[in-house]
Amino acid sequence: MKARPPTALPQPDYEAPDYEERVGRVGYDFGLSRRSFVKVLGAGLLVAASVPALAQESGRRGRGGFFGSGARTVAARIHLGADGTITVLSGKVEAGQGARAELSQAAAEELRIPVSRVQMLLADTGEVPDDGMTAGSMTTPRSVPAVRRGAAAARNLLIQFACRQWQVKPHTVTVRDGQAVDAARKRSLTYADLVKSNEAATLLAQAIPRDVELTPVKEWKVLGTPVLRPNAHDIVTGAHCYPSDITRPGMLYGKILRPPAYGARLVSINLAPAKGMSGVVVARDDQFVGVAAATSFRAEKALVAIAGTARWETTPQPSSRELFDYLKQNTGGGAPQNPFAGQLAEARILRRTYHVPYIQHAPLEPRAAVAEWSDDRLTVWTGSQNPFGCRRELAQAFHLPEDRVRVIIPDFGAGFGGKHTAECAVEAARLARAAGRPVSLRWTRAEEFTWAYFRPAAAIQAEAALDAHGRIATWFFININSGPNAMDTPYAVGKKHCRFLPSKPPLRQGSYRALAATANNFAREVFLDELAALAGADPLDFRLAQLDNPRLRAVLEKAAAEFRWRERIKEKGAAIGLACGTEKGSCVAACAEVEISRAPKKIRVRRVCQAFECGAILNPANLLSQVQGAITMGLGAALREEIRFANGKILNPSFAEYLVPRFDDVPEMDVHLLDRPDLPPAGAGETPIIALAPAIANAVFRATGAPVRALPVRLAEA
Amino acid sequence: MEAKIAFTLNGKPQTVSADPDRPLLDVLREDLHLTGTKFGCGEGLCRACTVLVNGRSQPSCLTPIGAVAGREVLTIEGLAGHGALHPVQEAFLAEGAFQCGYCTAGMIVGAAGVLKENPRATEAEILAELQHHICRCGSYAKYVKAVHRLVAAAQTATASV
Repeated sequence: MKARPPTALPQPDYEAPDYEERVGRVGYDFGLSRRSFVKVLGAGLLVAASVPALAQESGRRGRGGFFGSGARTVAARIHLGADGTITVLSGKVEAGQGARAELSQAAAEELRIPVSRVQMLLADTGEVPDDGMTAGSMTTPRSVPAVRRGAAAARNLLIQFACRQWQVKPHTVTVRDGQAVDAARKRSLTYADLVKSNEAATLLAQAIPRDVELTPVKEWKVLGTPVLRPNAHDIVTGAHCYPSDITRPGMLYGKILRPPAYGARLVSINLAPAKGMSGVVVARDDQFVGVAAATSFRAEKALVAIAGTARWETTPQPSSRELFDYLKQNTGGGAPQNPFAGQLAEARILRRTYHVPYIQHAPLEPRAAVAEWSDDRLTVWTGSQNPFGCRRELAQAFHLPEDRVRVIIPDFGAGFGGKHTAECAVEAARLARAAGRPVSLRWTRAEEFTWAYFRPAAAIQAEAALDAHGRIATWFFININSGPNAMDTPYAVGKKHCRFLPSKPPLRQGSYRALAATANNFAREVFLDELAALAGADPLDFRLAQLDNPRLRAVLEKAAAEFRWRERIKEKGAAIGLACGTEKGSCVAACAEVEISRAPKKIRVRRVCQAFECGAILNPANLLSQVQGAITMGLGAALREEIRFANGKILNPSFAEYLVPRFDDVPEMDVHLLDRPDLPPAGAGETPIIALAPAIANAVFRATGAPVRALPVRLAEA
Repeated sequence: MEAKIAFTLNGKPQTVSADPDRPLLDVLREDLHLTGTKFGCGEGLCRACTVLVNGRSQPSCLTPIGAVAGREVLTIEGLAGHGALHPVQEAFLAEGAFQCGYCTAGMIVGAAGVLKENPRATEAEILAELQHHICRCGSYAKYVKAVHRLVAAAQTATASV
């Protein structure tokens, strides 16, 4: 094993996730081989559950794919302008999670410049290196170090350059405020001087050394500070252009014909009424039907004119009423038996099933794209967490080499794991090709609620045996359909068997904030409270007695102490609950207090006390936003969010029926961010969501005596 | 179908030729290229599209352009005057109140509407109006701080008069 240089960051104490990107992709294909392909797959967003091998594309490792190929040379990472501008290039996207600020800080720290001097160019596939998807909380542990290495390498080039110019040794040169300084002789050189020199091309073409020395945490001046989003001013003035705001000369606005239900196929349609409208472009490509016009209003009228003539062939589809039976029946072989059954004769056994519904990310900006063709080159502006993946999808759909497709991702209106795909971009591009003009397509809210993908539903079976000391002796945990994330138990149990069983999803499903960790953590932590009750133990003591992970113990103890758990648990009728979890290298614990009214039946979360630790904190202000945002989003999933569907139709595709948290839902939030400068920073956009639903469910259990076994949490019939 | 519709937009006279049934939101964004006002749901339920019509907060997605004939429309673009941000913008910026920021323009215009109607509006009154707005990133806690800052600043300004 090669020894690490002493300055290198310690490695995370977790494995980089094997990020199985199980997002259902829309198999648009507008090339020559279309007929046969579309026949199998179904188009018009009919993501066929029956052909998962085609519809679901696994994330690729190595070059491209989830992690990206990164920047090899300094020039690929940083553009130094002769005018003194410094532009840092990254394939990451900004969707409100704070990548722009954090990556700017990373560059500024190592370049030794103020953060305000960094121009951050994100996610333009024509300009930036492929840093992989913006997902899996990977910007912090992977892209921040990558940008730091590139910036540190650039700083070293400036030192090299200065040494040669001045004929001095490196130790006489320091870099501060963007200048190489020889203090003894009062001379300095800037990055712009380097760029203007004859050596620039050779220097900047150098590879970024893997082991370039980075600034130790204790010397950080920019990282670790609360830097505001660099384009915040444009946000409050409305000047920032989101993908749906992009305007191109001669641009039309598009609308797409959607099937009436999942699994419906278009048999025939009369396009004449729309074709007869002046200024309206109509495109049909097998199952794809779309229109474009100078205004959205006119495009909508054109769509309405033909929608009524469409004849659809439908097939019976599952409904949410029978969802969990359906998922259990479609695992292909059924659930495995508990290998520990009957091993402990004296043990107390508990066996439970937990249900977690489909929910929607519902980012406030729906999917949007502007597509523009120029000869056989395509440029698309869209909101996606996966710029290079979008380029690949577009290239495949139109049978183009990837270098003919450029995808630009302006900072967009949120994703939460829900925007990993390119279907809207492909649709805009198909319309633009038919129109011979740029086309802007923005999905409606109902489209977003129906045809975007969902967080998978889960049926989870948990079975545990308590030994004579009230400790968990055997642990059996099966997740059906939603995924393996955070499925393993962090508790020191005797023997364990945890497994994920894929099923046949009745809806298009994919990633979500923390993926299946929301479901697995809910089931495990709620089950744990039932086990604690069986053991006659305080849920906090029960956990701590079986928890070895020091980081997870620390957040649990912190949250409990700040919440005054030990005092409050003694109060009569205490409506409090707690939960904890670890995922993606960070640890979280939450205590929640609820208030329950019987008529009308309502659960209100009064207070949440959450402790979170993700290693060294890069930007405390942004971290607080992420944690507060995750708590708020988690609150919606805990109490109200649930997609209902019947025979392939979504029954609540609107903010009127799918209720997301609003101002008056927000509890008193007491957030404690534990800084661990001795640990490498881990991402924080996801894990802070995973403890909230179980903490609330456990509070409801304590208050009512009725255990909670499904999300959203509902009060049992009295 | 199309008609000439005259109204005041951000303090200046504006005439558009449009079907009077078209949503004000579409006319602002598509004809006048004022894209600061956002589409969120098209049902008036998220208020990302909030504008002020004669000083009152309205969802522009549900407001037909014909209905603003002769009226005053104020969008996020018209809020900052002569290089200086509006106090609501100042407060929201100072608190870094947003994450993705897609709801921010609507929130700011909504809060500005309350203050326009009553410059001494309380935090509770402003938050009651913002209750109509959705922030899916869950930045409510920071928005509450921004409103607190806003009202505190307004009180200081009033006290010093």
